[in-house]
Amino acid sequence: MSDKHAIEAGKAREVIVFRIDAQEFCVDIMSVREIRGWTPATVLPRSPSYVRGVINLRGAVLPIIDLAARLDFQAANATTRHVIVVVQIGDQVVGLLVDAVSDILTLNESQVQPTPAIASDSARAFVCGLIALEGRMVNLLRLDSVLADVRVEAA
Amino acid sequence: MDAMEQIRQTFFQEAEELLAELESGLLALQDGDSDTETVNAVFRAVHSIKGGAGMFDLARLVDFAHVFETLLDNVRSKKIGLTPGCLKTMLKSADLLADLVKAARTGADGDEARTAALAAELSALAGGGAPVATARPATPDIEEPPAPTNIFEIRFRARPDLYAKANDPALLLRELGRLGKAAVTCDSADLPLLADLDPEGAYLTWKIRLETDKSEKAVREVFEFVDGDCDLEVTAAEAEVEDDGFDVAALLARMQSEIGGADSPQADAPVQPAAEVAPVATPPAAAGNIVDLAESRLARQAEPEAAAAIARSDEARSQPASAPATIRVDLDRLDRLVNLVGELVINRAMVAQRVMEAGLANSTAISVGLDELEALTREIQDNVMALRAQPVRSVFQRMSRLAREVGEMTGKQVQLVIEGEATEVDKTVVERLTDPLTHMIRNAIDHGLETPEKRRAAGKAETGVVQLTARHASGHIMIEVSDDGAGLNRPRVKEIAISKGLIPADAQLTDEETDNLIFLPGFSTASSISNISGRGVGLDVVKRSVQALGGRISIASRPGRGSTFTLSLPLTLAVLDGMVVSVADQTLVIPLTATVETLQPKAEDVHSFGGNCHVIAVREVFTPLIDIGRYFGYRKTPPDLPNSVGLLVEAQGNTRTVLLVDAIQGQRQVVIKSLESNYGHVPGIAAATILGDGRVALILDVDAVVSEAAAAPSSHEPVLAAAG
Amino acid sequence: MTKTVLTVDDSRTMRDMLMIALSGAGYSVVQAEDGVHGLEVLEGTTPDVIITDINMPRMDGFGFIENVRRDKRHRGVPILVLTTESDPAKKDRARAAGATGWIVKPFDPAKLNDAVRRVTS
Repeated sequence: MSDKHAIEAGKAREVIVFRIDAQEFCVDIMSVREIRGWTPATVLPRSPSYVRGVINLRGAVLPIIDLAARLDFQAANATTRHVIVVVQIGDQVVGLLVDAVSDILTLNESQVQPTPAIASDSARAFVCGLIALEGRMVNLLRLDSVLADVRVEAA
Repeated sequence: MDAMEQIRQTFFQEAEELLAELESGLLALQDGDSDTETVNAVFRAVHSIKGGAGMFDLARLVDFAHVFETLLDNVRSKKIGLTPGCLKTMLKSADLLADLVKAARTGADGDEARTAALAAELSALAGGGAPVATARPATPDIEEPPAPTNIFEIRFRARPDLYAKANDPALLLRELGRLGKAAVTCDSADLPLLADLDPEGAYLTWKIRLETDKSEKAVREVFEFVDGDCDLEVTAAEAEVEDDGFDVAALLARMQSEIGGADSPQADAPVQPAAEVAPVATPPAAAGNIVDLAESRLARQAEPEAAAAIARSDEARSQPASAPATIRVDLDRLDRLVNLVGELVINRAMVAQRVMEAGLANSTAISVGLDELEALTREIQDNVMALRAQPVRSVFQRMSRLAREVGEMTGKQVQLVIEGEATEVDKTVVERLTDPLTHMIRNAIDHGLETPEKRRAAGKAETGVVQLTARHASGHIMIEVSDDGAGLNRPRVKEIAISKGLIPADAQLTDEETDNLIFLPGFSTASSISNISGRGVGLDVVKRSVQALGGRISIASRPGRGSTFTLSLPLTLAVLDGMVVSVADQTLVIPLTATVETLQPKAEDVHSFGGNCHVIAVREVFTPLIDIGRYFGYRKTPPDLPNSVGLLVEAQGNTRTVLLVDAIQGQRQVVIKSLESNYGHVPGIAAATILGDGRVALILDVDAVVSEAAAAPSSHEPVLAAAG
Repeated sequence: MTKTVLTVDDSRTMRDMLMIALSGAGYSVVQAEDGVHGLEVLEGTTPDVIITDINMPRMDGFGFIENVRRDKRHRGVPILVLTTESDPAKKDRARAAGATGWIVKPFDPAKLNDAVRRVTS
């Protein structure tokens, strides 16, 4: 079955693959609004440390989430983060700060493996599957949990 | 969308408007308004709802509206007097009617028991008599099965009144002709000579022999409109073999030549003086000619009646001059326009910035041009925002019903007095006012007002008054909810705040500060969370809603005499006049409306206070000083006073504070962008904006900053470290 | 040639329903919101038939009909009133004022157009 037909048949989906440090992640392309380069963000006080701040996205205020920090990585060199992947879930639009976008792929459902049991809770919370790809391992990102606490009520 | 569906929506929209008119009319009557026109308006509101409901077969709604309408009809025709009890029932009925409309709209079932009970009450008040359902008449008259041919002999003579009502024998004959085969003769025996002819008289008698398979009833129905304006005889006759009816066309042509030939040039033309009628083929046309004749004679010879001028407004009953012309506009279009205007404001600021950066600001031509642009932009903005302005009336009127219901539920006697309902606010603000107002009114009645017994004991009138007012005040709309109840129990409030850890045990607070403690999250005076005010819905939620609207809320209380909530909301939602300041390496915007003055802080005027706080003497008055840089965690080091600027701000409750910033960049009008839609609430920050350089700047929430610093002075060092 | 109907009713819903039913039958429809408005419209046009409600603000159906009948230009125009089934008194009063016929509310388009046809040539 061709890629296109597979997607239409619901058996496959297109994903965007991006890199943070040495790890690769992907999200369904349907959630991605656009990809842009890094612009300095206005700091948001009293926010979680993984929130880098907000930028102006054509007149709207876009929060930028440092995905590495969100996923509890050791805060690696921040200057390597160049790219903002703008994603949307529901009516919430957010920018994910990553190193670079590496690929756009079509995945079959069958290619997605469950996350291993040894992973820490936070890792399991944010990753809903693993994909083996030409010797690489790509984490399928669970966007809703990444965005979950971003909408914050009064601290 | 299907046309009927569209009209159905129109109906429900119109019903809402009518329900509002109904309620305000009833309230006016309750207030003592005795204008007959008010009663009529109330009647018409129910009547129209019933009419529309009937078109959509909303039986339950129709039935109840009918009973209600009957009572109102009796009231307006003075058969029944308007007693307070009657008005009370009518108000309850108006509420029920609203619920039934809502149920009809969603297809839900109404509350049958309540409907039946109120209907009975209304019926009793109206003077008994079972309500008559007026749903759409089921089916047209049941036609008798095609019978063998009936023969009717019909004798018909019009009386002058028939013509006066614009009925037309020719048309009647035509209708008869549609029922079957008609043979018509005309008896002109009574037709006088021309000289004696009364142009408005009626002299012709028609005899029709009709062969039809329809019933006598159907035949008589043809004449139902002219019942009483003619002599009519319909007799069934034996079927006769011979057909001796004349050819109608020939007959009428003969009539024409006899009657009309002599004098009327119009006789030949089928043209009407009154109306344009296409020449219709055969008998109807010929018959038409006869009547045309009569009419043309009428037209030419009839005395003009005292040509009464069209009734002017003074003849009409007391009504205001016609309303200004309005046009309905799609809200989406308006919103888009508002957004565009917002972008225009930002863009203008960006242009101004670029001009300045390019060093062109000194050019007179350019700066004059820019100033004009700014003035124009501001004017467009004001006008566009005014488009979306709407009176608060719709929200306020809903509160009447709420007050009635809460009063009943809590056993308190309440009178809601509304003032300033014509005050206008932005449409989006109006809609979002409902929740906070609802909470405040519930609160006022549930917690503020005492029970009738307690009130009596305190020497107050048994009926408590809750006053809801709206007015404009310097760029804001002020809404007040005040009650004449017991006021806040300050010692108790303080006790609760301490017990919940909201303030330290030894805190010294002014009365005003104590009163405003009730807005703190986690605060609730109800030891059992009352059903009315809702589980856990405290006033902090109200405060948050108000703040989300860019407004402020405060309370003032007088023990034993009552409390007043004051809401202050910006008139235009999306735009703010701001003071742009630098703090550390950040740019912030402070609302100009909160800013009183700027000052140059001097080290000798600043004093430490308590553990970690500072005050600054402003013209001898010690005013709290907040270092914004440290407050938001932008900087960890103490401020460099000689290179700082102080902004004296006034928060709600008139508390003054000085905010310390590094520098003032200027005053600018900024477009408010929501932080909440994609992110959420940041304490101390009201919203965000986009500056001329395209970067996002945060807008300070003055009230929040001030009250937070006041409430927890020892935790002055903010939370960024904890979040880190 | 297209006939013109003037409808006079203060209810938006009713006006819409009349418009749909009448224009569906090929009539050209002109609308007014109450008696005063109706008379204003009549200053500029003489319809082939008028349909009016009774209960309206500013000037009700009765007043409107009486005024129309007093006007030389329009005294011959057929006027149909919209009445409710349970109101024979109103019907009589309308006729006394000069109404040509009536249509019972709620109506369906067929009955409406029927009544209009019966009074228009």
